[in-house]
Amino acid sequence: MMTHEETLFRFALRMGDNSLVLGHRLSEWCGHGPQLEEDIAQANIALDLIGQARNYLTYAGEVEGKGRTEDDLAYLRTERQYLNVLLTELPKGDYAYTIARSFLFDAFHLLLQQALTTSTDERLKAIAEKAVKEVTYHLRHSSEWLIRFGDGTEESHQRAQDAVDDLWRYTGELFVADEAEQLLAKAGVIPELANLKKEWSATVDRVLNEATLKRPADGWMASGGKKGVHTEHIGPMLAEMQTLQRTYPGVEW
Amino acid sequence: MRTEAQIRDLLEQVKDPEIPVISLRELGVLREVNVDGDAVEVIITPTYSGCPAMDVMQEDVEKALRDAGIEDFRVKQVLSPAWSTDWITESGRKKLLDYGIAPPPHTSDIRALKGGVPVTACPQCGSTDTTLVSQFGSTPCKALYKCNTCQEPFDLFKCL
Repeated sequence: MMTHEETLFRFALRMGDNSLVLGHRLSEWCGHGPQLEEDIAQANIALDLIGQARNYLTYAGEVEGKGRTEDDLAYLRTERQYLNVLLTELPKGDYAYTIARSFLFDAFHLLLQQALTTSTDERLKAIAEKAVKEVTYHLRHSSEWLIRFGDGTEESHQRAQDAVDDLWRYTGELFVADEAEQLLAKAGVIPELANLKKEWSATVDRVLNEATLKRPADGWMASGGKKGVHTEHIGPMLAEMQTLQRTYPGVEW
Repeated sequence: MRTEAQIRDLLEQVKDPEIPVISLRELGVLREVNVDGDAVEVIITPTYSGCPAMDVMQEDVEKALRDAGIEDFRVKQVLSPAWSTDWITESGRKKLLDYGIAPPPHTSDIRALKGGVPVTACPQCGSTDTTLVSQFGSTPCKALYKCNTCQEPFDLFKCL
């Protein structure tokens, strides 16, 4: 059985990885946004997420106690050592795809961060108290854009529906706790992830409805990210993200 | 040896690097100054998790202390309690407005945090006929507005 430190390390790492990987994907829009305001918005959201990742990875390194820093954890792990959910690592696609992915994740992320503001772990609580306010803005942003696309032109509607349909199979993993999360939930440190599903569903239904989009039926769900088994997409992403540290180990500026 | 009040006076010169008219105290980022003999501890808190100005603020505090001949100091960043725009002082709000940035609505105005758009006056002409252009502006802490009366775009310090 895992020790409390091991479970905490794994959970902090996962939280950091989810934010870091999604933050990186959003940052890919920087300079390529469909309009200036959205370019800036995605860069800002990415910055929030990467800031949250720094807090989590720093904590993970401290809990682990082997002297690894946030940078060591971000830049010197390979894909099998990343524990993010698959949803966060998928390529950015078109703007509807990016928005739909953000929406499905943000709706979950907000509930999780809200629950963590009452964590018995002081550090997780402190990080969540900051993050929850930021994520409130993220969800608002992705909801508004999904509604705009869904209830927009025929083409924007179709692209948004295609995105939601394609992404749906990656939402199951959000609510399935791994061993570390089960133990932490039992100890009252984090919420039972399965219990977040009902409210997540309600948010999703409300926004999809307003967007005149159809909620896909639950079918086979992809999973694996939480134990380091990823899609083919994360490798090239990490290669780009880590290239400087891999090429010039220890470089600083 | 210096008193806490002297250190606080000294730190008044440290301004937000992005908005150089407002001090860290007025911004609510400066949380504590603890003096123990010759040792000085300064506690600051980030506005946003990813605020890139935070490291600059920390360096600026360290520089101010060093320039004043203080050698034994420690500047610490804490996350909790989480910074809120409600901590911006009245003088800070006034300075933001003079600088052309609309000060944030109070978090007690739930509409501002939870969805609705609060009434925001243009910092240039005072008109309340303004439109939200984007929730995300030139820095993480600002939203982008435009004034329908004087046609000027302006930043609003976002409610957090």
